[in-house]
Order: sequence, then C-alpha cells, then structure tokens
Amino acid sequence: MWKFFHRLASPPHFYRLAAVFAPWFALPALVLIAYGVYAGLFLAPMDYQQGDAFRIIYVHVPSAYLSIMAYMIMAISGGIGLIWRMKLAHAVAAAAAPLGAAFTFLALVTGSIWGRPMWGTWWEWGDPRLTSELILLFLYFGYMALRGAIDDTAKADKASAVLALVGVVNVVIVHYSVEWWSSLHQGQTLLKEGGPAMDPGMLYPLLAMILGFTFLFGSLLLRRVRTEVLFRERRTRWVREMILSPEGS
Amino acid sequence: MENLAMGNYGVYVWSCFGLTLAVIVFSDWRARLRHKRVYREIEVRIKALEERQ
Repeated sequence: MWKFFHRLASPPHFYRLAAVFAPWFALPALVLIAYGVYAGLFLAPMDYQQGDAFRIIYVHVPSAYLSIMAYMIMAISGGIGLIWRMKLAHAVAAAAAPLGAAFTFLALVTGSIWGRPMWGTWWEWGDPRLTSELILLFLYFGYMALRGAIDDTAKADKASAVLALVGVVNVVIVHYSVEWWSSLHQGQTLLKEGGPAMDPGMLYPLLAMILGFTFLFGSLLLRRVRTEVLFRERRTRWVREMILSPEGS
Repeated sequence: MENLAMGNYGVYVWSCFGLTLAVIVFSDWRARLRHKRVYREIEVRIKALEERQ
C-alpha cells in the first residue's frame, strides 16, 4: 500500500497518470451535468413557494459544496506536504486554490442572484452563512497572494500550508453556521436526519449535478496539478528527457 | 417560450446558469493556456541549452 502511494507521489509517474485520468473524469462530468441541467431546468417540478427561481440551486448547491471541498483538499494537502514533505501534496494544494476561489465566487454570486427575488435583497451582512462564505473567498485570495509574494517555492509551500490549515476554522463555520445561528439561509436539506427533504423529481437532477461538478473538479484539478508539477520539476532530468523525446507531452 | 421565461424568474435563473458556464469554460481555458505556456517555456530553455552543448 505504502509502495503504491510512494509511486503515485513520484512527480513523473503522477504527471503521466494525470494525463490518462483527466479525460476519464471529464466524460462522466459532461454526461451528468448535461442530464442535471436539462432535468433541473425542464423536468423538475416547480417549487410551491419559490416558483421556478428554485432552479438556481442546480448550480448554486454544487458550487457551494465544491467551495468547501476544494478548501479541504487544499488544507489537507498542505498538511501532508508540511508533515511528510511530499512535494506533490504542495502542488495539489497550489492547484486547488484557483478552482476553489472560482467555485466560491459562483456560490456567492448565484446565491446573491437567488436572494434578490426570494429575500428581496442581493446581500445580507448579518447572515452568518453569507459572511463566512465571503471570508472563504478572501482566504482563497489570501492563499494565492501569499504564494505569489514568495519567490522561493519551498517557503511559499510552507507559509501557504499554514494559512490553509488555520483557515479550516472558517470552513467549519461555513458548514455549521445555519445550525449555530439564526440565518436567512435555509438549513440542511440533503443531509437532513431522516433523508433529504426534497421531491425525487427535484432531488435526482441535483444529485447528478453535485456528482457531475465533482468529476469536473477532479478533471480540472488533475490538469492543473500536472502543470504545477511540470513547472516545479522544470530543471529535472525526467522533464528534459520528456521534452526531448519524439512524443513529448 | 414559457419554459424560457421561468415564471418571470428567467433573468435570475438564466444568468446563474450562464455565469456558471462562463466560469467553468474560463477555468478550463486558463488551465490549458497555462500548461501550454509552461511547457513552451521549458521546451525553449531546454532546446537552447541543447544547442549550446
């Protein structure tokens, strides 16, 4: 088992493996998202309270879920990189940050657009879920700015990993904010005790979108990590041999 | 047309789906562009070194 992980963490091996796996993540992502978009927009029944505006959840919920998942990947990878000094883990963390920021931005904007007709406001500063999600976006920006400000990659890896680990506190707040404080944002629907509180016609497209976005994230992350590995290993022998080989990559 | 109007919420619903598509396409394009750029830079440097030797 350790041998497998050790081999997987080897940059040249990962670089080649990621090229093989990225399209295999993209394919189910396309199928699931195509089904989720069509079923979510045209087949799912209208919500009795929110009307058709509820359909925004088909992009808002997967984005919000990925905003948290990307952060956890970034923090866990940073932690692994710090503890076991695994270079690949730092590359994963660095590659996850822009994607996490993109999905956090989407979660915030689509949530705000949904809030306008439903709550009568684009934004509510007093709401803990909205505010903690905004802080999450700033954490991503801070993480990327910190990396960009330090020229030495090893130092940038260490400093950014510490920042990512400290920021996990905010992820916990984002997740539990709707339970701990009174919030405009609705509570848990999918992970509710006793099963999801949704009509199956609404639920299945949402699950397809969540799974599809996860595969999409996987594909994008693999490709970004590949680039990150290539950049970090630019002065190594295997990169030189790969570039000079007739196949290249 | 009724489907597109989304019961007068069309502007909100379609703008969210459009924005999501735009962000995903942009992320994908950025990832491809950066990979090409990094690869090209390394390729130029290595080939220049090879020619010098």
